[in-house]
Amino acid sequence: MSVRRLAANQPDSFAFSAESLKQVKAWIARFPEGRQQSAVIPALWLVQKQQGWVSEPAIRVVAETLGMPVIRVYEVATFYTMFMLEPVGSHALVQVCGTTPCMLRGANDLKAVCQRRFGDRDHLSADGKVTWQEVECLGACSNAPMAAINDYYYEDLTPGIFEQILDEFIAGKPRAPGSVIGRQGSAPEGGSAVLQDASLFDGTAAKALKALPNAEPKTPGKAKEAAQ
Amino acid sequence: MPKAKVNGVEVEFEPGMTVLQVAELAGEEIPRFCYHERLSIAGNCRMCLVEVKPGPPKPQASCALPAADNQEIFTNTPMVKKAREGVMEFLLINHPLDCPICDQGGECDLQDQAVGYGRDGSRFALNKRAVEEKAMGPLINTVMTRCIQCTRCVRFITEVAGVAEIGLISRGEDVEITTYLGSAVTSELSGNVIDLCPVGALTSKPYAFNARPWELKKTETVDVMDAMGAAIRVDSRGPAVLRVLPRVNEDVNEEWISDKTRFAVDGLSRQRLDSPFIRENGRLRPATWAEALSVASARLSSAKPERIGAIAGDLQDAESLKATLDLFRTLGSANTDCRQDGMALGAGPRESWLFNAGISGLEDIDVLLLVGTNPRFEAPVLNARLRRRWLSGDLQVGMVGSAADLTYDFDHLGETASALTALAKARSGFAKVLKGAKAPALVIGAGALSGPHGAAVAHAAAQVAKAFGMSWNVLHTAASRVGGLDMGFLPGEGGLDARAMTAKGALDVLFLLGADEIDLSASDAFRIYLGSHGDAGAHAADLILPAAAYTEKDGLYVNLEGRVQMGQRAVFPKGEAREDWTILRALSEHLGKTLPYDSLDQLRSRLFADHPSFGQIDWAPRGQADLSAIGVAGEVGDAPLSSGVKAFHLTNPVARASVTMAECAALAAGPAKLAAE
Amino acid sequence: MVGILEDKDRIFTNLYGLHDWGLEGAKRRGAWNGTRLMLEQTPEWLCDQIKASGLRGRGGAGFSTGLKWTFMPKAEGERPHYLVINADESEPGTCKDREILRNDPHLLIEGALIASYAIRAHTCYIYIRGEYVHERERLEAAIKQAYEAKLIGKGNLHGWDFDVFVTHGGGAYICGDETALMESLEGKKGQPRLKPPFPAGAGIYGCPTTINNVESISVVGTILRRGAGWFSGFGRPNNTGTKLMAISGHVNKPCVVEETMSIPLKQLLEDHCGGVRGGWGNLKAVIPGGSSVRMIPAHEAETALMDFDSLSALKSGLGTAAVIVMDQSTDIVRAIARLSYFYKHESCGQCTPCREGTGWMWRVMERMATGEADMKEIDMLLDVASQIEGHTICGLGDAAAWPIQGLFRHFRHEVEARITNYRAGKPHVQGASLQAAE
Repeated sequence: MSVRRLAANQPDSFAFSAESLKQVKAWIARFPEGRQQSAVIPALWLVQKQQGWVSEPAIRVVAETLGMPVIRVYEVATFYTMFMLEPVGSHALVQVCGTTPCMLRGANDLKAVCQRRFGDRDHLSADGKVTWQEVECLGACSNAPMAAINDYYYEDLTPGIFEQILDEFIAGKPRAPGSVIGRQGSAPEGGSAVLQDASLFDGTAAKALKALPNAEPKTPGKAKEAAQ
Repeated sequence: MPKAKVNGVEVEFEPGMTVLQVAELAGEEIPRFCYHERLSIAGNCRMCLVEVKPGPPKPQASCALPAADNQEIFTNTPMVKKAREGVMEFLLINHPLDCPICDQGGECDLQDQAVGYGRDGSRFALNKRAVEEKAMGPLINTVMTRCIQCTRCVRFITEVAGVAEIGLISRGEDVEITTYLGSAVTSELSGNVIDLCPVGALTSKPYAFNARPWELKKTETVDVMDAMGAAIRVDSRGPAVLRVLPRVNEDVNEEWISDKTRFAVDGLSRQRLDSPFIRENGRLRPATWAEALSVASARLSSAKPERIGAIAGDLQDAESLKATLDLFRTLGSANTDCRQDGMALGAGPRESWLFNAGISGLEDIDVLLLVGTNPRFEAPVLNARLRRRWLSGDLQVGMVGSAADLTYDFDHLGETASALTALAKARSGFAKVLKGAKAPALVIGAGALSGPHGAAVAHAAAQVAKAFGMSWNVLHTAASRVGGLDMGFLPGEGGLDARAMTAKGALDVLFLLGADEIDLSASDAFRIYLGSHGDAGAHAADLILPAAAYTEKDGLYVNLEGRVQMGQRAVFPKGEAREDWTILRALSEHLGKTLPYDSLDQLRSRLFADHPSFGQIDWAPRGQADLSAIGVAGEVGDAPLSSGVKAFHLTNPVARASVTMAECAALAAGPAKLAAE
Repeated sequence: MVGILEDKDRIFTNLYGLHDWGLEGAKRRGAWNGTRLMLEQTPEWLCDQIKASGLRGRGGAGFSTGLKWTFMPKAEGERPHYLVINADESEPGTCKDREILRNDPHLLIEGALIASYAIRAHTCYIYIRGEYVHERERLEAAIKQAYEAKLIGKGNLHGWDFDVFVTHGGGAYICGDETALMESLEGKKGQPRLKPPFPAGAGIYGCPTTINNVESISVVGTILRRGAGWFSGFGRPNNTGTKLMAISGHVNKPCVVEETMSIPLKQLLEDHCGGVRGGWGNLKAVIPGGSSVRMIPAHEAETALMDFDSLSALKSGLGTAAVIVMDQSTDIVRAIARLSYFYKHESCGQCTPCREGTGWMWRVMERMATGEADMKEIDMLLDVASQIEGHTICGLGDAAAWPIQGLFRHFRHEVEARITNYRAGKPHVQGASLQAAE
């Protein structure tokens, strides 16, 4: 990671859309009164959803909305690497996980595909459609190698399929995210040998419990007492 | 009291102390960069690592660890030595080796501690990090490559100064201290980050490349930029004052000073009156002292005593006030006043014009009522103390007067003095808060006390203070004011006050003792100005007697709480200028009314004899005013009560002569003004 | 049968998302069954049960979950209590909480209610890493279902007013540290706090707070339904229960699977993952607990058990039970150098050793990976690592040092050989590589 700076070219202003503002307010409502600062990461995220990236005027607007000093929002925006401080590709923001578990299974080949197709990372591609990045572990290691494209994960990639997917994004017809080789979640390829017992799923487990193991004699209203 | 052992030596300590403090009690020096006793604990530099038993088998950050009873603390073990060497090495790998061109050189914590606790060489063979330059305004010079990210500046600006304008952005090895997009820091206390910075990342911009600390003569004295009387150290080389730094005085300024105190010093070498001047044909021409003194004495002696008068300015030492007062009384004049602003205080006992709660007493108040004052501009360091009190919780603040950002919240009770009358009668709202208060304080500003309704406002405020049992605190802005009032530098029996003296036809000779804040446009008297700077008073003068600025004379100053403090001369007066009292002594001799003192000591003895309160050096009384005797009942007027300080950076002749202050004032006035220029 | 754990003893029955993740499906699989009974017990009883089950925190540190709960004040004072659930799963190799969040979210919500009651909290925040957008959407939907069914919320069926809110991060590994997470939750940079004060005394908003991992909370309901003894019956003493294990790297079929604690590592890989790529003999080393623990070489992996004690005896650790497998084809120096880059990238920059040291270590590791480093830099690197380890505010400094220490503990000869080979035949003068390039 190099030093994170705001983009040289900035729009004149930013305003939350009615929908974003509604969501910002919903976030604020999740936190105790006077703690609206807690909503700063979600608010910046909503900026990014609306604008594609986080611009300087937006930082000021977030600060104003949440009653924070603008320097504190600036700190947050530069600390958290999910916030894009420059405009990103119009069709795809491709984030290839490059950390060791993915690297062991071929992430470097995925990076090479991006490099060949879009040039240097962290920059807009020549046609402005794609920005690609190498990011740190995205937490889908059993489905390595993988990449997040516009928020969602594409897993078990090979360079060939990856390039196909990128083409689909550029064409504006992305496929559904998930494992590209048809794995069910993080189950072993070809299906899991476990979780086969039908009684787990047929409602047997839903039969109401009469008593808990080791339970103390039932004294109703304990919860209420504790609440008081 | 709990006990701990530091390197085997047993010490007792107060519960709640940290391991670092306990080690210091035992006389052990603990190196540190981020820790500062007046800031919150960050624990990030890791320089203060010590070994603690019982505890995990790894070194602990002593600044953040509470000391425990029967704890064993070690600061001299191999583990500690290695830990310190390690941290020191990490701090240095990316610190530039530019000490020869660094202003911090010679007073750098990193240098000192590297010598004391570091290894002899570096094992880091890679390239050092460089950090892009930052801007922080006209006062703070930044070389951010030198920054060790201790965040003292961030914590000071956020916690003490109360303007969250400096932050640590980005993360990891790329973290950078910056303001928002390089904007200037707007705090009046911003210069303190220069002292706090343990390295040369933040240094004084006006002082850049001026001197090395070991070249400087250091003089401990007191500040006159406001009425607090902050303890300062004046660093000078030859005839020039190069910088002002704070000294520690827990009762007054702790260890902070305002930017005006620190940065107005370039005003000491500009606009100076370095020779007597006489006005001839509308123009001032240089003259000799003999000439000047004979003109002055001729004018003074030829006028009738009731046709001469003296007005004292805001930066005067008590000795020159005393000599002037003695001289005019000897000449038979009752026309003397030290209140250029026409403040309606001075009669009655001393407590009526003091800040009776005391500055450190602000720690103990629980409700504060501000009347016509903006403490942030009138006494920034005192305001920082109010902010700290507010941050510690349960301080309710009410404000009558023009609202401003004070760095703490307040209930705005009204703009005009009528809010005071309403408050005295009210039962709910802030009145209820006051009613329940244990130690409420009323702070009234000089701005509220001057003007045509000053006496009535004073009365109304005193009534409120009386109704709610509040302490009476006058927030003066002039360093000389309390001293002047204490010695009765006021109109004598039948004498004129300052305003009356400047009226058309009022006097034949008007003596201005450093008085620059009064409108002289109507006066047609012969005006003698004794002072240091070519400011308003000198411009209007017919005769100028050049005197010493506050760094150029020994003198006593009484701060707003009534504390008498002794200032020391750091450099000699400029050119032909002389210390103020000696000029008055010489003038008295010319007049044939020789003042009865030949030395400063004799003058002081006389002062102490006449006014014993001046003899109690560095002691502040804690009295309570007789609130029924303050002010005069009457019409309070409907003008908003506003602070007497309109432009923080330009309140006195020294500051107005300062280029640095002019720059700050332009910034503070806002972008519109800048653009217009 | 594969592995040790039988299907009937699995807690996460929808681990792979084959069934309905929603409330109906979850209930059919046993979630929310008997929850009311649990809340009729005292908080103390709940803590005792969880303590008795031997459940140790599943986020990596392995502290007793039940014991942690007892640190909270025994009665709610002026300051409200909070439960915070750490769903900032970012440790390289770890991808287990993700499966709970998206496939079994109701187990988490139910556990959150029970745990909140046990610590007398009425509010729970689930802090989920920013990149888990899908998982967050799924979890939010599940919470909505639970509110609608009045399982949680004010005046819910269980008699304990309880709100659960999801919040998210913005891409910072360090927010997985509990105090950094609290800072982040308060809307600040995720820079870890100094301890003391501990979260149970002053956590988020200065209030008593308990922070638990997603998995720790999600197993609580089932433990109480089936009894502490049932749970503690798996594994070895001090290492009890079942555990989600995530296997990545050079195995034939990487996966996430629930297994009993103390399952032999070899069995785990062979039964569930189709074995090491190219056979067990092709194994080079295993990082058994997420990137932050030291690796173990193949011969130690042979006998290692997947639990706290066995792995720490091997100077490694169970961590999050995220097994990263490396076969003989691995450039192991490069693999660790990449981890060093990760820690440099994720250092919060607050305290000196980590801020300055992680970058230094990474740069030297890069030189090791190419072989251009000097032989004496090996000991220097290890010394630098020791200057970071144990000197920082949070555990990231340790986590950055350990993989490097693990590498040199077992594969120092390989690095030395690389340096020697790099130099072989090259003139030992400064600028040699420059000359060669020209």
